[in-house]
Amino acid sequence: MDVAPTGPATTREFMLGEGAGTGSGTQPMQLGVGPQHPAMHGIIRIVTELDGEVIRKADVEIGYLHRAFEKDCEVGSWNNAIPYTDRLNYVSPLINNFGYCSAVEKLLGIDVTERCQYIRVVMSEISRICDHLTCVGASSMELGAFTVFLYMIKAREFLWELVEDVTGARLTISYGRVGGVKADLPAAFGDKMRAAFKQVREVLDEVHRLLTGNRIFMDRMVGVGKLSREETIGYAITGPLLRAVGVPYDVRRAQPYYVYDRLDWEVATQAAGDNYARYLVRMAEMEQSMRIAEQALDQMPGGPINVDPEGRPLDPAAYVDQGKQGKTEGLLLLPITLSPNLQGQDRAAQARVNTDDKRVVLPPKENTYGSIEGLMNHFMLIMEGYGIRPPPGEAYFAVEGANGELGFYVVSDGSDRPYRVRCRPPCLPPLAALHRMIEGEWIGDLIPTFGSVNMIGGELDR
Amino acid sequence: MDGDAILAALRARFGGALAETHARRGDHTAVVERGALLDVLRHCRDDGALGFDMLMDLTAADYAKFPGREDGPRFEVVYHLYSVRYNHRLRLKVRVSEDDPVVPTASGLWPIADWFEREVWDMFGVRFTGHPNLKRLLLYEEFVGHPLRKDYPINRRQPLIGPKI
Repeated sequence: MDVAPTGPATTREFMLGEGAGTGSGTQPMQLGVGPQHPAMHGIIRIVTELDGEVIRKADVEIGYLHRAFEKDCEVGSWNNAIPYTDRLNYVSPLINNFGYCSAVEKLLGIDVTERCQYIRVVMSEISRICDHLTCVGASSMELGAFTVFLYMIKAREFLWELVEDVTGARLTISYGRVGGVKADLPAAFGDKMRAAFKQVREVLDEVHRLLTGNRIFMDRMVGVGKLSREETIGYAITGPLLRAVGVPYDVRRAQPYYVYDRLDWEVATQAAGDNYARYLVRMAEMEQSMRIAEQALDQMPGGPINVDPEGRPLDPAAYVDQGKQGKTEGLLLLPITLSPNLQGQDRAAQARVNTDDKRVVLPPKENTYGSIEGLMNHFMLIMEGYGIRPPPGEAYFAVEGANGELGFYVVSDGSDRPYRVRCRPPCLPPLAALHRMIEGEWIGDLIPTFGSVNMIGGELDR
Repeated sequence: MDGDAILAALRARFGGALAETHARRGDHTAVVERGALLDVLRHCRDDGALGFDMLMDLTAADYAKFPGREDGPRFEVVYHLYSVRYNHRLRLKVRVSEDDPVVPTASGLWPIADWFEREVWDMFGVRFTGHPNLKRLLLYEEFVGHPLRKDYPINRRQPLIGPKI
C-alpha cells in the first residue's frame, strides 16, 4: 500500500478508495459476523478483519442477551433467584440450580441429606449429557452432518423426558431448593433412566461410527481452533476445553462436592487442544456421566418411595377442617391427597430429600394444613421480610457445569434478600479467548470453532 | 499447601499490606491494600509454592447499603485465584472508596482479567489503571450509570439511542 498512485485512478482505486494500490497490493476487509447469523447459535457479534479468506484480527462483542440476572437476584428473596438460574445455561439448568443452592447452603452452614446429594448428582449428570449432545450435534450440523444432529436431538429427547418426569418441566425446571430439592424422584425412575441410557448409548455409538475418523469431519476439525495449554490456563478456561489440552481439571474430581468422591469414573482428557480433541472429550464425558448416574442410582439410600397405604388419605380441605375442630390426635400421621401441582410435597416424599432445618425448608403439606406450627413455619418462610436469612458474610461455591467451573459468589447482609449474587459463567473465558482461536484461521473455520466453544448466551451475558 | 499455610506465607511476606485475613466458611481470604495489590497478585502467580496460575473469577461488590459498612470504603473488588498445579484456592479482596474507585489492572498477569475488569467497570464503575481497552462489556456505550451499584434503582429507564430522525 506504499505504492503512490500515478496517473488517473484505477478501477481498483475507484472501488476501494484512494491508496488501494495499483492492483498488486491487497487491502484487508472488515466483515461483521452476527449478532444474528443463521450459523451462530447464540447472539454475539464477531468483527473480523480478513485478508482474503484468512482472519487477521477478530473482535468479539457480547452482551446482547444481558437481562440483569445479578441485579434481579438482589430484589427478591433468596429462593426467588432459583428460576433465574434456570435461564443461565438453559441446556443444563439443573446444574445451575444446584450450584446456586449449594452456595447458599454453604453460607447457611447446612448440609443436605445423603439421598438429596445423590439425586443432585444423577440430575446433574443427565443435564451434562443433554448439554454435550446439543453441543456436538449442533456443531456437526454446521459441518453438514445433519443426520448427527437429528440423532443427538433424539437422544436428548429421551433425557428430557426423564427430566420432565422428575421436575415437571423440560427446560425451566426450578427443581433445586435451598436445603434440598423440590420433590423426590418419581416411582420407577431407575428403570426409565436405564432404558433412556440404553438409547443414548446406541446413538453415541452411531455417532462415533459416523464422525470419529470421518474424512470430511477430521479435515475440518483436526488442528483447527487450537489453543495452547498456557493460554487456556491464562484465560481461566475450564471444562472440556481445558481437558482438551491435557489438563485433567474437573471440579468433581479436584474438589469433590456432593458424593462424587464415592463414585468410580474417569476424567476424560486429550492433548491436542483443537476442535477435534474437544469433540472427543465431550463424547467420552457423556459415557462417564452415564456411569456416574448409574452408580449413584445404585448407591442411593432410601430405596423406592412407598407411601404408607394404611391411613385414610384426606383432601387438604378436610385436613384443615379437622385441625380447626381440634381433632389433631394423630392427624399429622395421616397421608394427604394433594393436587397434582403440589405433587411430591407430602411428608413421605419430602422426608428423604430435604434437610431437617426449619430455617430454610418448607414444611411438608401435612404439617402446613394440619398444625399451627407447620402453618406458621410455612408463612415465616414465604412472607416478605422473613424467609431464608443467612448470616452476614460471603461464600463461593463451584460446581462442574457442562462448560466448566460454574461458581456462585454470594454475599449476605443478614436479611431475607441476597446482597450480591455473582455467577462465574463458564462460557465467558472461552469467548474472551475466541479471537486467539480464530485469528490466522480461515473464515470458514470460524463456525466450527465457535461451535466447539459451546457458547450459551444465557450464562455468558446473564 | 492448605489455606492456612497460604495465608501465613502471605502474611510473612507482605505483613502490613494485608489489612485482614480470615477463613470463614472454608474460603481463605486476604484483604489487601490497594498499593500492594499488584505485587501480591504477581507473587501469588509466580511463587513456586503458591502457583496460582488461574484467575478463576474477578468481580466486585458495592457495600454502600451493607449494615455497619455504610461509611467504610464503598467497593470491594474480589479476586478468586485457583492453582491448577496444586489444586488450592484463595480469595483476595481490595477495598476502594467511592471518591477514588481505581484499581491497578491485572490484565498483564492473566489475560482473562481483560474481560473480567471490563465487566466490573461496566457494572460498578470501578476503573482499572493500565487496562488496554477499558470499555463496557455487557452493556452498550451510551448506557448511563453503572447498574450493579446499590444506588441504581432496578426500574430506571435509559434514554433511547439510535439514529435521530
